[in-house]
Amino acid sequence: MSTQPTTPVGTGSDRARLAALFREFIDPEYVIEDRETQRVYECDGLSMYCEEPMLVVLPDTIDQAQRVMKICHQYGVPVVARGAGTGLCAGAMPHPDGVVLSMAKFTRILDIDPVARTARLEPGVRNLSISEAAAPFGLYYAPDPSSQIACTIGGNVAENSGGVHCLKYGLTVHNVLRIEILTVEGERVTIGSEALDSAGFDLLALLNGSEGLLGITTEVTVKLLPAPEKAQVVMAAFDSVEDAGNAVSAVISNGIIPGGLEMMDSVAISAAEDFCQAGYPKEANALLLCELDGSVAEVEEQIDTVDRLFRQLKATSTRVSASEAERLLMWKGRKAAFPAVGRVSPDYYCMDGTIPRSQLAHVLVEIEKMSRHYGLRVANVFHAGDGNLHPLILFDANVPGEFEKSEEFGGKILELCVAVGGCITGEHGVGVEKIRQMAVQFDDRELKQFHAVKAAFDPGGTLNPGKGVPMLKHCQEYRSLNPDLEPNDQPVVSNAHDRPAARSSHQAGRP
Amino acid sequence: MSDISQQLTEQISDARASGTALAIVGRNSKTFYGRGIVGDALHVGEHRGIVDYQPAELVLTVRAGTPLEEIEQTLDEQGQRLAFDPPHFRGASIGGTLACNQSGPSRPWMGSVRDMVLGLRLINGKGEHLRFGGQVMKNVAGYDVSRLQAGAMGCLGVITEISFKVLPGPAASHTVILGGEDPGAAVSIMNRLSARPLPLTGACWLAERGVGRLYLRFEGARNAVHSAVEQLQQEFPESESMRADDNFWHRLREHELDFFDTEETLWRFSVGAARDLLPDVPEDEWLIDWGGAQRWLRGSAYSLDELNASLPVGAGEVSAFRRGDREGEVFPELAAPVKALHTRLKEAFDPDRLLNRGRLYSWL
Ligand SMILES: Cc1cc2nc3c(=O)[nH]c(=O)nc-3n(C[C@H](O)[C@H](O)[C@H](O)COP(=O)(O)OP(=O)(O)OC[C@H]3O[C@@H](n4cnc5c(N)ncnc54)[C@H](O)[C@@H]3O)c2cc1C
Repeated sequence: MSTQPTTPVGTGSDRARLAALFREFIDPEYVIEDRETQRVYECDGLSMYCEEPMLVVLPDTIDQAQRVMKICHQYGVPVVARGAGTGLCAGAMPHPDGVVLSMAKFTRILDIDPVARTARLEPGVRNLSISEAAAPFGLYYAPDPSSQIACTIGGNVAENSGGVHCLKYGLTVHNVLRIEILTVEGERVTIGSEALDSAGFDLLALLNGSEGLLGITTEVTVKLLPAPEKAQVVMAAFDSVEDAGNAVSAVISNGIIPGGLEMMDSVAISAAEDFCQAGYPKEANALLLCELDGSVAEVEEQIDTVDRLFRQLKATSTRVSASEAERLLMWKGRKAAFPAVGRVSPDYYCMDGTIPRSQLAHVLVEIEKMSRHYGLRVANVFHAGDGNLHPLILFDANVPGEFEKSEEFGGKILELCVAVGGCITGEHGVGVEKIRQMAVQFDDRELKQFHAVKAAFDPGGTLNPGKGVPMLKHCQEYRSLNPDLEPNDQPVVSNAHDRPAARSSHQAGRP
Repeated sequence: MSDISQQLTEQISDARASGTALAIVGRNSKTFYGRGIVGDALHVGEHRGIVDYQPAELVLTVRAGTPLEEIEQTLDEQGQRLAFDPPHFRGASIGGTLACNQSGPSRPWMGSVRDMVLGLRLINGKGEHLRFGGQVMKNVAGYDVSRLQAGAMGCLGVITEISFKVLPGPAASHTVILGGEDPGAAVSIMNRLSARPLPLTGACWLAERGVGRLYLRFEGARNAVHSAVEQLQQEFPESESMRADDNFWHRLREHELDFFDTEETLWRFSVGAARDLLPDVPEDEWLIDWGGAQRWLRGSAYSLDELNASLPVGAGEVSAFRRGDREGEVFPELAAPVKALHTRLKEAFDPDRLLNRGRLYSWL
């Protein structure tokens, strides 16, 4: 399996040749060459980054996908796997000389085993449909990205996606037992089993979150959990994000791990309330949604404790969901917060840094300062329990230079996250978007180690090239000081990481 | 309580220069595990101490040589714990616990040591001290090199520092014992209960003086434990409660139960929790833990390959946990492409094969 690709191909007539090869075994309609039909594959959920691929193919059997891989390997053609295209880091953005391998037709739930509590899935199965299929057995699949109506399990594995319930139930990596992959050479490999662990290197951990750079996922077996007897939400309003941040820490310090613990700031509260009428207090500066789940007895006990804590910690009002309908309504506003913000601004740019919870107030204040510096509004709606921020930078792509400014602002936020001991991405992945900030979070030797891992799976570098890990030769430039910021505007670091907090000149523009 | 990472880095660089194989030694609690190897000892046990602990963050950062006992004491003072409840096997360090991927009886419900890792520092075979992951709950920047160390048995590098997610300890704990079940029925009860929203954190079957006993532990909020135990007592009126001073779970975790008191080879089955019992041997040669997902078998008459061949494809695998032939393979054979990936990953982290050469597999 270590054979190197042989003849390189370019574009133009190669496209036609390759397409003809694929049409020998794939329904010709699903070997897409024309620009118009290809358009929907140009980008993922981060639509500012787009690229035209050489070809798009949609196989409908794993054998066909395997043949695609073998042919691409033979000719050294880059392959970019694609699920639903809801990614937020341009991970599924095509390569101009490459093939987009869409897994959209692999939508079958192969098996639900209610006794072993597992589901065996094709990679294109939508996240939400797993829980729907498991519901008749009183089971569900825990990781629930807000995009769960659309995103696929293959994409979830590639990004190690999280959701509202991660603090208690873990990320994708904690809920996957086995995957089948196609290697870059087109070989089928099974990783993991029905068991909870396997001897040897934990390749399952390595593949989760590998952004389509190490292999193509063709089947996934996930764990299913028993649906909790009861779930209830406490909603609490606060005068400041700082008060809300303290309340978050207090819940955890009291030995309670909520099913979900989410925060919204005033911009997000208003936008969500106008959009969904979820009953959010629009005058609040910060809102917490804390869901407790478990047995009836447990939830009743904890709801009381949390409600009391919030009141003691300066909540201006609290409300406990009195019915399942009310609980769902409270979540509706949160889950629709991105599109809601989309209504109050022509465009928004979503960041994904994660920080220690103790830094919440500090980082939100610094973001506010930067927001004034750049003259761009920000809405915050995020997984507070995990310290996973999602600042949404509001901008107008039709105003020349505004996207570039947002990108630079976003880069600064991520660098601040690293400086306070956090990281540049909690769940959305690096893709193309955060590749510059990788050089801030990791030094050259660490990045070199990542490249070595990549080479162990993909020596020719044709799986999703240009994503995830920056080329070392660019890193110095990414790390150099940014001359635009006045010293006074520079974010203050209250608890510096032991690595010097580098700042990058973020050369705006498309990759 | 000292940081000897500089010294460790130099030792590895020196070994590289002279081409000397190194055998990583933590606190010597798991010398029995993996294959027997030769190499100059690289002692990590002195690299110890808690680097950072923020109870409100649920994050603990600790040097790899730190004894579990010290960590657990520190956490206990704050009402927190390592949710994966690792075996100490007389003095284990946290680094060795991760390298050998060791978790205790609560593992299926509370997660494993691998699940709780947030980030770590590692010296690779080139003598480079690197940092991966982080000290925050979620981090998907770069490949998950941190979790890759779980079960790698030091073959990819010397772990020097680890950050973990820790959890609050349970307010209440109660164990119910069902007597007389045969192992097949026990596996089926364990799976049935696991599919219900109960605060189950332990499910183990074994034969005690010839009689099958199924131990079921419930932990969590007081009310939740109380109502679970009530439900169970209604369903199984013959059940009894374990005495509060019975340290069954501790003895199980530490392999101190009579079952483990043997000179025979101890085989570990890591299998799908609902799988039938295989192979067909006398009941009391089995101990079934992890709600069916980890099963122990005693006996020196078996071979690794035969036991693995007896399992249906995809059901899991068997390894030789203690005793038996430690010069031969002790972990199941890998499929060819997976084996190739192991060789290439070893090359990526430790190109000269200096670190724990042969500890995991003879060829690695
Ligand atoms: C409104 C909105 C809300 C979101 N909320 C969340 C959230 O709460 N939590 C969260 O974690 N994410 C969230 N996301 C991000 C996104 O939905 C996830 O990253 C999701 O897992 C992507 O799945 P997808 O099927 O759309 O993958 P795509 O976008 O198609 O692909 C994502 C990456 O996976 C690779 N890939 C896809 N399929 C395969 C495969 N079969 N084999 C190998 N590689 C593959 C691609 O090459 C690409 O690198 C959100 C996105 C949107 C638009």
